[in-house]
Amino acid sequence: MQWETVIGLEVHVQLATRSKIFSGASTAFGAEPNSQACAVDLGMPGVLPVLNEAAVAMAVQFGLGIHAEIPEVSVFDRKNYFYPDLPKGYQTSQMYHPIVGPGEVEITLDDGSTKAIRVHHAHLEEDAGKSLHETFSDGMGQAMTGIDLNRAGTPLLEIVSEPDMRSAKEAAAYLKAIHSIVTYLGISDGNMAEGSMRCDVNVSVRPKDQAAFGTRAEIKNVNSFRFVERAIAFEVERQIELLEDGGEVVQETRLYDPERDETRSMRTKEQANDYRYFPCPDLLPVVLDQAYVDHLRDNLPELPADKRARFQEEMGLSAYDAGVLSASREMAEFFEQVNDVCGDAKQAANWVQGELSGALNREGLPIQSSPVSARQLGELVARIIDDTINGKAAKQVFQALWNGESDSADAVIEAKGLKQVTDTGAIEAMIDQVIADSPAQVAQYRDAEPDKRGKMIGYFVGQVMKASRGTANPQQVNGLLKERLDALC
Amino acid sequence: MHDKTLTELAAGLAAGEFSSRELTANLLARIDRLDGDLNSFITVTPEQALAAADAADAARARGEAGPLTGVPLALKDIFCTTGVKTSAGSKMLDNFVAPYDATVVEKLKAAGTVSLGKTNMDEFAMGSSNENSFYGAVKNPWDGAAVPGGSSGGSAAAVAAGLVPAAMGTDTGGSIRQPAAFCGITGLKPTYGRVSRYGIIAYASSLDQAGPMARTAADCAHLLGAIAGHDLRDSTSVARGVPDYTAELDAPLAGLKIGLPTEYFGDGLDPEVESAVREAIRVYESLGATVREVSLPHTHYAIPAYYVIAPAEASSNLARYDGVRFGHRCEAPTDLTDLYLRSRAEGFGEEVQRRILMGTHTLSEGFFDAYYKKAQQVRRLIRQDFLDAFDEVDVLMGPASPTPAFDLGAKKDPVSMYLQDIYTIAINLAGIPGISVPAGFAGGRPVGLQILGTHFAEARLLNVAHQFQQATDWHLRRPGIIEETA
Amino acid sequence: MALEHADVLKAAHLARLGLNDDEAAHYLDDLGRILAMVDQLQTLDTEGVAPLAHPLETTQRLRADEVTEADQREAFQRCAPAVDQGLYLVPRVVE
Repeated sequence: MQWETVIGLEVHVQLATRSKIFSGASTAFGAEPNSQACAVDLGMPGVLPVLNEAAVAMAVQFGLGIHAEIPEVSVFDRKNYFYPDLPKGYQTSQMYHPIVGPGEVEITLDDGSTKAIRVHHAHLEEDAGKSLHETFSDGMGQAMTGIDLNRAGTPLLEIVSEPDMRSAKEAAAYLKAIHSIVTYLGISDGNMAEGSMRCDVNVSVRPKDQAAFGTRAEIKNVNSFRFVERAIAFEVERQIELLEDGGEVVQETRLYDPERDETRSMRTKEQANDYRYFPCPDLLPVVLDQAYVDHLRDNLPELPADKRARFQEEMGLSAYDAGVLSASREMAEFFEQVNDVCGDAKQAANWVQGELSGALNREGLPIQSSPVSARQLGELVARIIDDTINGKAAKQVFQALWNGESDSADAVIEAKGLKQVTDTGAIEAMIDQVIADSPAQVAQYRDAEPDKRGKMIGYFVGQVMKASRGTANPQQVNGLLKERLDALC
Repeated sequence: MHDKTLTELAAGLAAGEFSSRELTANLLARIDRLDGDLNSFITVTPEQALAAADAADAARARGEAGPLTGVPLALKDIFCTTGVKTSAGSKMLDNFVAPYDATVVEKLKAAGTVSLGKTNMDEFAMGSSNENSFYGAVKNPWDGAAVPGGSSGGSAAAVAAGLVPAAMGTDTGGSIRQPAAFCGITGLKPTYGRVSRYGIIAYASSLDQAGPMARTAADCAHLLGAIAGHDLRDSTSVARGVPDYTAELDAPLAGLKIGLPTEYFGDGLDPEVESAVREAIRVYESLGATVREVSLPHTHYAIPAYYVIAPAEASSNLARYDGVRFGHRCEAPTDLTDLYLRSRAEGFGEEVQRRILMGTHTLSEGFFDAYYKKAQQVRRLIRQDFLDAFDEVDVLMGPASPTPAFDLGAKKDPVSMYLQDIYTIAINLAGIPGISVPAGFAGGRPVGLQILGTHFAEARLLNVAHQFQQATDWHLRRPGIIEETA
Repeated sequence: MALEHADVLKAAHLARLGLNDDEAAHYLDDLGRILAMVDQLQTLDTEGVAPLAHPLETTQRLRADEVTEADQREAFQRCAPAVDQGLYLVPRVVE
């Protein structure tokens, strides 16, 4: 039977606020345990939450970034359950009236085609603390779990998609698109290794021609792009196998184990959860006035989809180039600065994706740590465009800049004497010398069929370039050589 | 000096008739002698009190005294106080020493007042008799066989017994007004949001409100001025200026329109209580007020609505007491579930457990709409009743409680206990202010007249109550215990 | 709406209150009568009435995004039942 995969994602994004969503404690990562958990984060008796303006603004910016409805009123609810890393015995979240309504995220697939994935809503909530399962002792020999509540109260935006994805690749592309939007907006550092972005995946399969969804399993806490693809691939295979063997998929929560590359059922609780949501009486409805939303909209940075379109339409880049260069805000900003300096988008794109990306990949560096700045690269490309140097010399200049030998392309060109020779007389003198030194090759050239001569000219060009230490203008050398050799025939 | 009002004591301190240290020491000695039997305090803090009194005297010597500098008072044990046990009347918090002050406590300290300690209360403010305290019942100073009312029973009893001129209480369904009525003192529940809830151990967040309990309306006016105001740490506190609540106390009442809710004079009202209240209304008529009947048609739905909303909020508010970060933890838990189950079963008393179960049940799947949502709809209707009435009249008056203080142990059935709050509970649902003032006796036990106003009408309520106290002397009556010389 | 023994046990489980059967039976009796009182609400027609969550229908004030809280771990953990190396300890949680 032909099966179709149906995937929906719940992405939790930690918002890059300085302080917690409901308290003035710091959100900085990596502090001493419980040193950044204030009385509110600890759920101490009598303390109360007050909502952080930046968390609201960031959520709205995300909503605007995915062209979502921004409801005028949103409400915080309490989700009640007991867990040691949940200090109050409830999580403050938004169940019925989320801050961001329905929107849409465009994903780009490997073949360059795009697909719209609907976002059901996005809501604000507080993160929980962390349980450390290394063994601690209570002093009486019992193994204990340690609770660190520094993360408790960190603002999260939970982005809930519709079940619109049909493959693991689409799910990964969606996650990348979300990552790119939140980092473009600067509302999250998007650091998956530190848990700034976490993902729950809902997966089901159904016969290709069936309209109704199959029973889904939820895979919790899949925390890298790669694991999302692998967890889904495993889960899809598991479900299909189960169904083809006449079994049934159970609606349950599963965990992805990256070491074994499999998902497995979390022990089912003896009684189902009943979260008893109700409006949090310590917080009032959040009302966003239109002027506030408009102000945020007017100050929104250009987002990846818009950038990609502009790179294609205004700069004439290919869909592929535009996609690669707009994938991250840092990459896009670097490219745009190179382009601003050199004034040639295609050349800028080639150098950023070619020489620069190659070097960065070799060293394992992100573009924001590039030893060659966008300005330096832009100036280098400009020297190619204005014929000051040729492509070959340009690579030498790039290497010198990368090695930090000098801080501008012009200085390297000057110091190394790489300025292109365009003086016809000088080039002709070199040509004469090469012809004089290569009687055998000249004879071969003369004896060859005219349509074979084009290939043979390469030898002479190479010799002239060598004689010029690479500085002669290759096109000029080519043209003058052809004239001269043909004259000998 | 223990039978004087707070206003008189403040004047005495200002005139140099006695120092705050003398006054504080005098009252501490009284507490030491009398409270063993009365049980109105959970914790007395003599050292901190005397240090604060000395600081107040020093401030006065420097010419830096405010109107409340050096005035002693007590705090219901629901207000977090730095370095002092804050138990909420519960075994759960028997070992909890708060690391911070409630905003009310901070403000009272800033005003120079001297706290003598923390008063007894029904556990987590759940109760109408103070019998639900882990620290034992409190006796009514008027009659040792009677309850002082609840949940701020310790505060009411301490003031009535002359252990302290004033005490802070909280009121979620009548917990200031009913004990004030039972103990023959004056107690004000302000408008919801008027006083910060920060640092007050929560019972039901959308209903809880702190307020003063003292001998007179004038005393309450001074104290409300000190504790009211917007607090950035409480999202539900209201950004609204705090007037001088003493400024209008002496305004004449000619033309005052009083409404008597028909529903507050119906079945179940003790005849002696009714006649005392009706007599008080006649006093108002003699002061130039006009009286008319009004209707609050949804009155009888107030207790049912309250017993959905308050337990629901409480079931969630009390989830934080899990034996992990503070509070009671059971001995040698075998696993996490055992830690939760036993810590909470051991730490919470019966009434608290009952309300947690009630709230958990009504919020659970399949019941939410029928109970919680319905109760919130009814809550709107109840509030509208009051708003409609205040279109017609300036204040509403009636009894604070259908009966005078009942005997200790008399009400074993929770429902009959809940019905005690028939005249106070709707006020919290509507969020309006209410004050109870002494208005006579029934069977030798005090009767409270409850006066209600619209949102933020505290100044008017205090004026109306004060004028009554200028015309009557009920608030000056003292129980026998007061005669015990200091 | 009649309350059953299982409802009390479910609520006790959700609320993490350790009750034995006798205690549950006792609460079943009380809660049954409280719910009977509460059920008076069902006699009132509330069609079209918006639920009221707060007595004053005001809106949420927003706090500036500033770090205002210093580390007070020592003070906060003074009243903690079990801590080690700054962590709160609970019996081993198995995931």
